Amino acid sequence: MAKVTMNVNGKSRSAEAEGRTLLVDWLREGLRLTGTHVGCDTSQCGACVVHVNGDPVKACSVLAQELDGAEVTTIEGMANADGSLGTVQQAFQDYHGLQCGFCTPGMVMAASALLKENPQPSEAEVRHYLEGNICRCTGYHNIVKAVMAASGQQVEPVAAE
Amino acid sequence: MPKDTGIGASPKRREDVRFLTGKGRYTDDINVAGQAHVVFLRSDVAHGRIRGIDTAAAEEMEGVIRIFTAKDFEGVGGIPCGWQITDRQGNPMQEPKHPILAEGKVRHVGDPIAAVVAETRDQARDAAEVIVADIEDLPAVIDMKKAVAEGAPLVHDDLTSNLCYDWGFVEENREAVDRAISGAAHVTTLELVNNRLVANPMEPRVAVGDYAFHDDSSTLYTTSQNPHVIRLLMGAFVLNIPEHKLRVVAPDVGGGFGTKIFHYAEEAFCTFAAKQLQRPVKWTSSRSEAFMSDAHGRDHVTKIELALDADHNFTAVRTETYANMGAYLSTFAPSVPTWLHGTLMAGNYKTPNIYVNVKAVFTNTVPVDAYRGAGRPEATFQLERVIDMAARELGVDPVELRRKNYVTEFPYATPVAVEYDTGDYNATMDKLLSMIDREGFAERRRESEARGKLRGLGINAYIEACGIAPSQLVGQLGARAGLYESATVRVNATGGLVVMTGSHSHGQGHETSFAQVVADMIGINEDQVEIVHGDTANSPMGMGTYGSRSLAVGGSAMVKATEKIIAKAKKIAAHLMEASEGDIELKEGRFTVAGTDKSVAWGDVTLAAYVPHNYPLEEIEPGLEETAFYDPNNFTYPAGAYACEVEVDPETGKVDVLAFAAADDFGNVVNPMIVEGQVHGGLAQGIGQALLENCAYDEEGQLLSASYMDYAMPRAHDLPMFQVDHSCQTPCTHNPLGVKGCGEAGAIGSPPSIVNAVIDALHSGGHDVPHIDMPLTPARVWHAMQGGAANLGSAQPAAGSGNTTHDRSVGAGDTATH
Ligand code: FES
Ligand code: FES
Repeated sequence: MAKVTMNVNGKSRSAEAEGRTLLVDWLREGLRLTGTHVGCDTSQCGACVVHVNGDPVKACSVLAQELDGAEVTTIEGMANADGSLGTVQQAFQDYHGLQCGFCTPGMVMAASALLKENPQPSEAEVRHYLEGNICRCTGYHNIVKAVMAASGQQVEPVAAE
Repeated sequence: MPKDTGIGASPKRREDVRFLTGKGRYTDDINVAGQAHVVFLRSDVAHGRIRGIDTAAAEEMEGVIRIFTAKDFEGVGGIPCGWQITDRQGNPMQEPKHPILAEGKVRHVGDPIAAVVAETRDQARDAAEVIVADIEDLPAVIDMKKAVAEGAPLVHDDLTSNLCYDWGFVEENREAVDRAISGAAHVTTLELVNNRLVANPMEPRVAVGDYAFHDDSSTLYTTSQNPHVIRLLMGAFVLNIPEHKLRVVAPDVGGGFGTKIFHYAEEAFCTFAAKQLQRPVKWTSSRSEAFMSDAHGRDHVTKIELALDADHNFTAVRTETYANMGAYLSTFAPSVPTWLHGTLMAGNYKTPNIYVNVKAVFTNTVPVDAYRGAGRPEATFQLERVIDMAARELGVDPVELRRKNYVTEFPYATPVAVEYDTGDYNATMDKLLSMIDREGFAERRRESEARGKLRGLGINAYIEACGIAPSQLVGQLGARAGLYESATVRVNATGGLVVMTGSHSHGQGHETSFAQVVADMIGINEDQVEIVHGDTANSPMGMGTYGSRSLAVGGSAMVKATEKIIAKAKKIAAHLMEASEGDIELKEGRFTVAGTDKSVAWGDVTLAAYVPHNYPLEEIEPGLEETAFYDPNNFTYPAGAYACEVEVDPETGKVDVLAFAAADDFGNVVNPMIVEGQVHGGLAQGIGQALLENCAYDEEGQLLSASYMDYAMPRAHDLPMFQVDHSCQTPCTHNPLGVKGCGEAGAIGSPPSIVNAVIDALHSGGHDVPHIDMPLTPARVWHAMQGGAANLGSAQPAAGSGNTTHDRSVGAGDTATH
């Protein structure tokens, strides 16, 4: 066991970690930040994506001890300062980009990383970038729309009645 | 004009805010003070006799609290099955015991042998690894046809064979069907596999058991679609805990798709162990564990024959299906290939003679039960494939052949025991054709060919039976439970209200859509209505969410309860305004007296109900809270028409879905945004089944597709944008909202569209391929194009639990990977 300290969502946070403790477990169990989810044990679903030093990382694929001193942003740190939803979060709500919500934290973290890299992605680029994030509920249609809308591009309104 | 509030509007979902900020409360987010953790040691062989389990070394490991094996469960019941099928001879199905931990034998890879409870999950896992289970390998039965052959090894030694039941439906139709087929002008025969799938909700299953010494009560937090059902099954049949001493909570649940309906051994274990140890016990499934312990779906092998007369009228349908039950009977497993499948074999067509035979078989595989659509996708796939095949054989337009045989007059009683109340199948087909530019297809095909690709168009119809209910009917059909739904509406003094529903939301957005309905009925703001679900402590006995039943059955109960509220509130309003009750009208949250300008607000009436100073106490009680149970008299019958355009790369066999269109009739729609989302998700799962997903076993019963490396989940780049429409609406005639249900349609209607489209593409390239079994992976399509080895019959090692009759292989090593 060792004490590990990271800057998480703008605050210095510490918790114990064994050598084998994954970042995702450190966040969920150590800090009780349960917004980051675990959907698989082979690093293939993306439910656990967080930002580490500004880059998207699958939190189930890195050890907590190795990240002592790192800067981490989780879904809990994505809202605006006044508590309102951030741009990507708001677009997911506006375009019904989530159903059960389980893949959603990872999707939002991955999508916001994409928009940082590529502010106006095409539909194909969004689909390609999100291939590491599995959603079983939405069929991706509305996730793709939400990401494109968050980038300021015109998309069809939700529910064409 | 789109509405912005109430029924028919698409307000943003209120539940999204917590999910988008990481504040959802899923079962794994629940940690009860003092909790211990359990890890299950699971069998790594498909079939074996347990000679001994040595836990001595494991018990000495750090943090270990106790290790449980089957002997700790003497006097405890097995996991019950909720549906009993009666076979062709009138005998009950064979029903083996399903112990919490394996007793005497292990019967599938993943069967739990021992349970280690320790202070931490890692300690429990470490200890589980040093348990020595001495297991004598027994020959496994994987292939269904071999499983029912003479002399096959028995999955359950106390049963007479591996045949669970041999079911005929409708037995009285049989001779007429045989006659119609032998006298037909044309008979099209198709043998096919409906591939085994894993539901894979993104949230793995979790259970937390807790026991309160002070009042001898147990609480189970679990990832369930129906907490009351779990309370009933586990309390009454397994652990003998009366319902008033047992609370089951299913908080936010990360998707279900059927596999979270069932009562699982891990739930009973955690509840049992918490009491034994006087400590909360938590289990969190890993994904690998989920693949070998969540009930699987589909896995049918079928032969279907369609008879037509000289005018191409359908005269008979005859089917024979082998349905895999796996090693034990999961909660609703026996009903899926029978009542949820046989009753739908009429499809959208007025075929007069239908006979369905189903043989349900035990094998050394994970139990199989309902997965999105459950039985109805299997029925639709057979019919819509065989009709397409018949059209090709007869050289007629597949759309016209369908239209010619559509049911057009309602109500329509099918020869397979159900009555469609309403529908308009031509309307959805017309709508679909208006969406897809069929005339332009030839040009698009030429354009694809110019790029060296083969293009195909697949069109089909579907119908399903939803709103799974009528208790008396399902009781006659073998259900051991009722299938009504309940709601309590509790109005508070200040006018806001709480609806406690027996339905459960695990992605469907009930907190938003149910509030729309109640707010609309009363004429108040949606934010004055709170929807509460998922906790047996605060909602009336409910049957939960599956079979697209939430709005049709649960919503109807809520409407009934709200009607009772309004009726009572009108009495109070009449008293307050000194008017006669019959003259009171409720509009936009105000009660008025017809023909006068008198009115009182909703809030005045609710306040009077709880502060009854000026109140008709001699006539009615104070307070404003009502409960209703709703039990409909029929299923609902959503239907529609789907189309898909694909491109096949003849070099590789790879299929790309270029466009997908769905025209559905769901009756009335409460929230179009949510409905469309449901269809999108269903389409993705159906397309996944058709092109990507396959749960494969080898001959020894090893699960080959046990992680996302081998089980190909549809990802964003596998799918196109979808065109969906639900403007054809024939409202259900027997529920108060006129709704039919939309959750499963996409998964039911889409697999045949894909396969029809690929077959169409191959024919356009001169490949006379009659059929390819799903999933249509590049390897399978390519083999089919090379002339005849369409189903990889001998080209691949025979493998796969679906590889049961007709020499069909469900593809070991043939899953698409990413
Ligand atoms: S939990 Fe990290 S990728 Fe699945
Ligand atoms: S919203 Fe349920 S998995 Fe994506």
